[in-house]
Amino acid sequence: MALDMGVFCKSTLDGEVVEHCFSALFGLGTNADPSYLDWLMKAWGWTLAVAGLGLAIALVVGAVMGTLRTLPNTGRLSRVLVHLSTAWVELFRNIPVLVQVFLWYHVIPAFFVPLKALPSYWLVSIALGFFTSARIAEQVRAGIQSLPSGQRAAATALGLSTTQTYRYIILPMALRIVIPPLTSEGMNAVKNSSVAFAVSVPELTLFAMQAQEETSHGVEIYLAVTALYALSAFSVNRVMALIEKRSRIPGFITASSDASLAH
Amino acid sequence: MKKNKFQMIFAASVFIVGLQVPGVSQAASATEDKMKSTGAVTMGVRESSIPMSYTTGDSRFDGYHVEVCRMILNDIKTKLGMSTLRINYQPVTSQNRVPLVQNGTVDIECGTTTNNANRAKDVSFADTLYVEEVRIAVKANSGINSISQLAGKKVATTTGTTSVQLLRKHEKANNVNFDEVYGKDHADSFLLLESGRADAFVMDGSILAGNIANAKNPKDYKIVGEVLSTEPIAIMVRKDDPQFLADVNAAIAQIVANGKMPGLWNKWFLAPIPPKNIVVGLELSPATKNAWANLNNKPAEDYQQKK
Repeated sequence: MALDMGVFCKSTLDGEVVEHCFSALFGLGTNADPSYLDWLMKAWGWTLAVAGLGLAIALVVGAVMGTLRTLPNTGRLSRVLVHLSTAWVELFRNIPVLVQVFLWYHVIPAFFVPLKALPSYWLVSIALGFFTSARIAEQVRAGIQSLPSGQRAAATALGLSTTQTYRYIILPMALRIVIPPLTSEGMNAVKNSSVAFAVSVPELTLFAMQAQEETSHGVEIYLAVTALYALSAFSVNRVMALIEKRSRIPGFITASSDASLAH
Repeated sequence: MKKNKFQMIFAASVFIVGLQVPGVSQAASATEDKMKSTGAVTMGVRESSIPMSYTTGDSRFDGYHVEVCRMILNDIKTKLGMSTLRINYQPVTSQNRVPLVQNGTVDIECGTTTNNANRAKDVSFADTLYVEEVRIAVKANSGINSISQLAGKKVATTTGTTSVQLLRKHEKANNVNFDEVYGKDHADSFLLLESGRADAFVMDGSILAGNIANAKNPKDYKIVGEVLSTEPIAIMVRKDDPQFLADVNAAIAQIVANGKMPGLWNKWFLAPIPPKNIVVGLELSPATKNAWANLNNKPAEDYQQKK
């Protein structure tokens, strides 16, 4: 079938072709009606914002929880922390992400009223971040446990405290090991951000559903949205590959000469 | 030799015509041929567009448009000389209803589809029997009476409906700004209003009335303000089958001529309806009355110009 990409240059108000395809966003056109391309770009911005915020939350919380799960059994506090982090992981990875989004949007604010004042994209980012954090925590734990036990023993022999052992010996190695699976999680965060449409964040999926209804050019709209999702996820991949390359320690763990082969 | 050839062509053509419409002398219709060969027809219905088209549980469907469609199909069944016609119900959504009619999955869509020029490029619409007015639902104690009071307020509407574009146009024309929130379906949008995440819900009057009637406490909500837009809601059929469309319209004309419409309106909009015996309580509007009196399938664009 013939594709009519001209649909993106049409005004979102009356369906007429606007002066510049980017008419409102950069103030190019004298006709200030936003075009579908403007709207698409705005929607992409929302997708990136939700995914970025969610990923930031996920990386911080996931690294902390994953580390806590591997604490040696040295006392009451460490046992409590291990149980707490295990409970965290099991709670958030056993509930579908869409259900978690609804929980954060509809259910939890009913109990904690201040959360109602929070914009919906924050709530979605928290939901997405916590969901992804459970997965990242498991990968961080796997990275830590993949280190030879001699590393920890050597740190203890040097007289390092538990905190120092993690800070100077274990985490610098483990976090490098888990970069390839973290790349996948970063890409997943971009793709999973599509659930945000369900709680009225005007991101790409919501744009696709609404714009295809208004223009009856569903094929073109979905193609553009697909391309932007793929582009976003692939950019995450490239950035992570760069980080992986830069943070590599010669002679250690990253045996693969080409980082991109790992994922 | 030559004569034989002509005789053969003549015989063949009589044979082909005979195959296509046995016993009935009318132009061929792909939809009606399918109905005859399979003994069944597929009606597209909505899950929760009370009272136009909705499920009453156990994959049974009912509603104002569904009942009209059953009457139409009964009429066509008689016209085709069939003794029985099985009706299969296919639930459709705002997103998939046009493609499903286009690709032939659904033979006749009896939901809440706005007849507009854009969609008329892909599908055909039967004569309008219901004219929808887009209104505003608010909480009864909110003090909001007009769209002018909604500037800067949170306004809910449903993704994939014409109301989203309508709100945008209104913002631009009156230089006001709404904080739009989008529900993924009507029930979701109403939940936004109910939970206080939105101050108003802008949608088709029948949908608002249906959701309010279904609410925990219907008295807490009211429909206010001016009519934001008038849209014909019509039964949708395939585009490349003018004969079927003509038969549907003939059946509609018959139903209207028999004076069945006021009774149908009372049954679905003013009396308790299954499954929960709620009353929608939407009075017959002059626009709908006018549509019955002058049957037509003008698109929504014609209605806007009239105002």
